[in-house]
Amino acid sequence: MSNIITVKDMNLWYGDHQALKNINIEIPEKSITALIGPSGCGKSTFLKTLNRMNDLVPSVKITGDIRYNDTDIFSKEVDVNSLRKEIGMVFQKPNPFPMSIYDNVAYGPRTHGITNKAQLDEIVESALRDAAIWDEVKDRLKKNALGMSGGQQQRLCIARALAVQPKILLMDEPTSALDPISTSRIEELAMELKEKYTIVMVTHNMQQAVRVSDYTAFFLLGELVEFGKTDDIFSQPKDKRTEDYITGRFG
Amino acid sequence: MKTRKNSKKVNHAIQDIKWETEYKHQQKKRNRTQTMENIIHGIFLLLGLITVGCVLLITVYLVISGIPAIKEIGIADFLFGKEWASTAAQPEYGILPFILTSIYGTAGAIVIGVPIGFMTAVYLSKMASPKVKSAMQTAVSLLAGIPSVVYGLVGMLVLVPGIRKIFNVPDGASLLAAIIVLAIMILPSIIKMSVTALDAVPKEYEDASLALGATPVETYFKVSVPAAKSGIAAAVVLGVGRAIGEAMAVMMVAGNVPNMPDSLFQSVRFLTTAVSSEMSYSSGLQRQALFSIALVLFLFIMLINVTLNFFLKREKE
Repeated sequence: MSNIITVKDMNLWYGDHQALKNINIEIPEKSITALIGPSGCGKSTFLKTLNRMNDLVPSVKITGDIRYNDTDIFSKEVDVNSLRKEIGMVFQKPNPFPMSIYDNVAYGPRTHGITNKAQLDEIVESALRDAAIWDEVKDRLKKNALGMSGGQQQRLCIARALAVQPKILLMDEPTSALDPISTSRIEELAMELKEKYTIVMVTHNMQQAVRVSDYTAFFLLGELVEFGKTDDIFSQPKDKRTEDYITGRFG
Repeated sequence: MKTRKNSKKVNHAIQDIKWETEYKHQQKKRNRTQTMENIIHGIFLLLGLITVGCVLLITVYLVISGIPAIKEIGIADFLFGKEWASTAAQPEYGILPFILTSIYGTAGAIVIGVPIGFMTAVYLSKMASPKVKSAMQTAVSLLAGIPSVVYGLVGMLVLVPGIRKIFNVPDGASLLAAIIVLAIMILPSIIKMSVTALDAVPKEYEDASLALGATPVETYFKVSVPAAKSGIAAAVVLGVGRAIGEAMAVMMVAGNVPNMPDSLFQSVRFLTTAVSSEMSYSSGLQRQALFSIALVLFLFIMLINVTLNFFLKREKE
């Protein structure tokens, strides 16, 4: 399996505070990689670096090399908007736009220049199907998305991200604001999606990492402590700190 | 043994009395606090009612004093009459020129002022650096604080001669001059209110749009502005209210002649200025007609306020 993202010697500062220290990681294609670690360890920061959402934070400084396939994502030739089209994102709190369900999903394709109604219809339907929410919403596509339940909203946000046909889907604690049933639906969905997409998921919930991910990266105080197959990390961690964390001795 | 029992009883009795007095004392205190609360409540209610009372008083007064002239002149002749000649031997009391002037003037001010104000608001809320934002917002607040007579003065000295020269018309004091002055005067309210509405758009919406690969400008116009549309609509309505109610500045630059507003370069008179320019020397039916004009203006402003409230309520939802 080839790697879709390669990070070499990456450091990140917010002002004077170094939030990520010397990160090296290779993320395999069409798999789920979970980022775990205690609050403030830098896992969300790392995630947001991959689609350059950290650019929006003033005073952020990044060194090192991040390659998506073979392109340096910080290179001047890279258009950040096309990069974000390739590397989609689902946020912690469901954040559908205050518009209809249809318009939410069609937002991305429309922004990228698709105006043909039939083509849009097709994209919207397939994105909603991929996000396993089509059957629930097909009769109320014109209704406002804010009227849906939290779990539905989050799946709509996933559909919205899928509609621009990304290669990678970054998920920042996508289930932390959801109830257990919605959570398990999102988890199942993630496992279906990895056949077509590469998923990188930040999670606070270690059971979730075990259930859904193929690879796990453990972050602590801005360092990447350990990265490997999820089974290995949870059954025979190499680092003492990983062991302490997954056995619940701190964090 | 007995004495001890007795003394115990006495002790109990004393304790009871103590408790009772203490209880009464507490209750008194509580009653006093309650009374105080009620009095303060009453004072605040009274102060609040002053505003309501003023509105009611003005409404009732305007209706009572405005209706007789309308009755005497006839509502159709009054509202749709094209001639205003209040001091002629054969007086005419048609206020259509004033109504149309007020509508055209306000519409013109909106056409010029809203795009400028709206774009400024988007820039201030979304694009400007904090330093630029604070400097420009100070300027906007200052613009809001300038008295309207000063706007009128500057308009008289700069705008009116400017229009005369540029467009080569006999008199620069015109509808156009009034429109330009009004457009500038409504900028602060439009900018401030739109900025507030745009600032209130949750950052999550914008993040989601950017993460989908939309550019910042696409994000502002496709996500932020639609999300703030009720607030921005309210800002526009507020601007309309400000423009239609303005008297001093337009009196100074519009020429103040009761013409039909047939062209931008016509000297015209607004509803507001129609009242203020004749009030001091008016009498009889003329004076009553001025009250009727005020009533018409008042109804316009009421309508605008209802619209404003509608948008503000929707913004809250």
